Amino acid sequence: MLFQIILFYLFAAVLIGAALGVVFSRNPVHSIMYLVLAFFQSAMLWLLAEAEFLAIVLVLVYVGAVMVLFLFVVMMLDVNVESISRQLTRYAPLATGIAFIMALALIQLIWLRSGTEDPSLGAFQPNPADYDNTKALGAVLYTEHVYAFEIAAVILLLAIVAAITLTMRRRPGLKVQDISKQVAVRAKDRVRVVKMDAEPKEKMGAEPKEKMGTEPMEKMGVAPREKMGAESKE
Amino acid sequence: MIGLQHYLTLSAMLFVLAIAGIVINRRNLILLLMCIELMLLAVNFNFIAFSRHLGDETGQVFVFFILTVAAAEAAIGLAILVVLFRNRRSINVDELNTMKG
Amino acid sequence: MYPYYLTIVLAPLFAAIVAGFFGKQIGRAGAHWITILAVGLSCLLSAYVLYQLYWGGAEPENISVYTWAVTDGLRMEIGFLVDRLTALMMVVVTFVSLMVHIYTIGYMHDDPGYSRFFSYISLFTFSMLMLVMSNNFLQLFFGWEAVGLVSYLLIGFWFKRETAIVANLKAFLVNRVGDFGFLLGIAAVVMFTGTLDYAEVFASRDSIAAQSIEVFGGTAWNAMTVICILLFIGAMGKSAQAPLHVWLPDSMEGPTPISALIHAATMVTAGIFMVARMSPLYELSEVALATVIVIGAITALFMGLLGIVQNDIKRVVAYSTLSQLGYMTVALGASAYGAAVFHLMTHAFFKALLFLAAGSVIIAMHHEQDIRKMGGLRKYMPITYWTSLIGTLALIGFPGSSGFYSKDLLIEAVRDSHWLSTDAWVYWIACLSVLLGVFVTALYSFRMFFLVFHGKERMDAKTRSHLHETPAVVTVPLILLAVPSAVIGWITVEPILFGGFFGESIVVGESHDALAKLGEHWHGSLALLLHAPVTPVFWLAVAGTATAWYLYLVRPEIPGKIVERFSSAYKLLVNKYYFDDLYMKGFAGAGRSIGKVLWEKGDQRLIDGMLVNGTANSVGRLAGVLRQLQTGYLYTYAFAMIIGLTMFLGWLVWFR
Repeated sequence: MLFQIILFYLFAAVLIGAALGVVFSRNPVHSIMYLVLAFFQSAMLWLLAEAEFLAIVLVLVYVGAVMVLFLFVVMMLDVNVESISRQLTRYAPLATGIAFIMALALIQLIWLRSGTEDPSLGAFQPNPADYDNTKALGAVLYTEHVYAFEIAAVILLLAIVAAITLTMRRRPGLKVQDISKQVAVRAKDRVRVVKMDAEPKEKMGAEPKEKMGTEPMEKMGVAPREKMGAESKE
Repeated sequence: MIGLQHYLTLSAMLFVLAIAGIVINRRNLILLLMCIELMLLAVNFNFIAFSRHLGDETGQVFVFFILTVAAAEAAIGLAILVVLFRNRRSINVDELNTMKG
Repeated sequence: MYPYYLTIVLAPLFAAIVAGFFGKQIGRAGAHWITILAVGLSCLLSAYVLYQLYWGGAEPENISVYTWAVTDGLRMEIGFLVDRLTALMMVVVTFVSLMVHIYTIGYMHDDPGYSRFFSYISLFTFSMLMLVMSNNFLQLFFGWEAVGLVSYLLIGFWFKRETAIVANLKAFLVNRVGDFGFLLGIAAVVMFTGTLDYAEVFASRDSIAAQSIEVFGGTAWNAMTVICILLFIGAMGKSAQAPLHVWLPDSMEGPTPISALIHAATMVTAGIFMVARMSPLYELSEVALATVIVIGAITALFMGLLGIVQNDIKRVVAYSTLSQLGYMTVALGASAYGAAVFHLMTHAFFKALLFLAAGSVIIAMHHEQDIRKMGGLRKYMPITYWTSLIGTLALIGFPGSSGFYSKDLLIEAVRDSHWLSTDAWVYWIACLSVLLGVFVTALYSFRMFFLVFHGKERMDAKTRSHLHETPAVVTVPLILLAVPSAVIGWITVEPILFGGFFGESIVVGESHDALAKLGEHWHGSLALLLHAPVTPVFWLAVAGTATAWYLYLVRPEIPGKIVERFSSAYKLLVNKYYFDDLYMKGFAGAGRSIGKVLWEKGDQRLIDGMLVNGTANSVGRLAGVLRQLQTGYLYTYAFAMIIGLTMFLGWLVWFR
């Protein structure tokens, strides 16, 4: 028990420290790193509260995906850090005031008004020995909340589509194939039959040789690029 | 013995810090998004603590959905941010007042 | 008879609708043919109805055509009450209307509003028939207002003329005053009887007379007196009795046929007809009868005096109409309803004749209406001259003419009325007014006649060179109206006044019945004619004519001297006793200044300035302050949310 209490306070202290780091660090990359740390500590605390599945999900989804996404964006945008964080302290008094009032209210609410003034009443009861958090969660999620689960899947799909649509852009000069045009092309668009007079032998010189260079290409069915449907898009 | 109040207190502190962060970092959109993530984390703490306290998994189901929606929100928010940056070469909030009536 | 009644009423309405809405399609000739045929049909059928009622032995009919609405036990119906009084009015209305229709072809023949005019006069005929044929107060009121509306439209027929617009507005407003009283009267009838139907109201007249009502500070008035006086206020407006007479002279801005039809022969007599129709009610209220007779006497004499100083040919006739309406009202007040209606009928003929003759003169003079610029027209316009002479003689009551019988007997009835024994003041006012009125009537009538048709030719040379008799469409109606003006009195006086013509339709109390007293000495039309030279009435008329002859033909310079000598009296007359000034400066001026105060202070400053614009401005100012909050920066909104959240949390934790 004591070991758990020590662990809780340790993780909680690191979590608060990480959160302070998120808020006050000047460099966004550092902020992200602190946030990653905060998520890790949260996962630890959730494990202490026997919410193992969510703890793992938090690490996998948040640290593995979302935070990396943040990191990508920050790197990609190359924001001028100095210009942004210069006025950091100007609003610090206001922030402190609001935070102070809110913290006071919340803590008073939690400790004095909750009806469980005795902390031992709020203590977690130990779960049965054969308790399986993942199984229990799955049993609820796929039965009672299955529609919400489906909707969550659709929301994620929506987020994927929305993010791609928002960020996708067509560069000028990009060359792509238009499949439908390629399929719909007809033979006469590609093949040009050129009727030529039989030429006297004495004129056989440099000219025919040049013609010979282009003619077979078309007869073989290789059209100029435009006819294949490739076009440049703005 | 660690119990509900401890977790709630921790969550409240996280939340308050996140709010202070929003006020302080009001000019940087990315930091604002990160502070919102912190706030959601605080909310998730509450859900988990109550779920554990009451022995009811529905609270954890909520956390699951919040994580889902938060991930979606982060993805879309960052996408918007990218588009914004591409158009204006800046994510400085001071320059974004087109919502003004 | 029912289909006849419906046809009589609806034929002019149909013609009015066709001529009014499809005037362009049917053309000018189409417009006058359809309306003339419709009114002619009405006229023939009305004559047939009268024939059936008098000679054919048909009983008076009281028919309900259609129940318009029933509300709270009050039945509102359209219905016809056709007895001999109604039938007589129907014949007069449709006959004069027909004559005016025909005459209009000539008078208006190059007016752009030709078919509109025909539509209006047909509509008027319909409205007037609805009024006289009604069997209930609601329909009476409908007809009352409808004729007022058409009168308004027709006075302002030449709506590009500013004076016409002013005149029709004036007519409308003055009539509203009368109609207000009329409507109150109808409301009082409904209040005391709970019905609008004539027959039912008359049946319960004794119970009305037994009740009283408190008006003005607790004085108890007899309910019948209140009803009758209120209804008579309506009649004062419509029949232009003093002091609500001011609109009638101005209404001469309308085309002359209208003056003849509406403002002389028919519409203005609606008030007389209404009081005669309500005779069962009036008989029970001495106070109301006294009011009627005094108002009538004042109108009869004083409006006649105004006619002497007028120079506009139509206005002279208009004041004469006012005066004659006063005569009729006096007869009503003397309970001689029969005499009033009889005078109404003869007056309709000869006054329409005079107006149409005046119109004929106006056509010939190229719309010059000032009689000082006329003179000597006799040799240019013989038909107009002779018909005018017949009309004028009838107007002054020359023995043998229709006016003689009606006016002479009217005066006799007033002389024999019950007022001598009940209220001598009223009696002497009425008697003196009507007797002096005879002199005045003769004076102004022949003044106009002499100035127009005799004496020096005062018009300019150009007009004189074009002078000639007017076309047949004008002269034929003149002749057709001259015939009844001359002879109808002789023929009909005996049956109408002494033969019990009206039967049940007019009720006279036993002690009031002056006509019955006269009937005891009745020895036929011829005897009355022979008796004429020994009556004061005849000599007064002769004196008036002689005065006019002397002043305007023999010594034309004298009137000017009289005017100089009695300039203040002349000024009083020229200014029409300052009635117009009183109304314009008193009522209209006060109304305008009250309106101006309310407009500038109440509306512009209080309502517009403070309430409406003030609200808008303060909202605008507040919004101007509040829009400072809408910076457009995301973090501002985020701050707002955070601060709101903090406040809610604080409220939840500390103050709840």
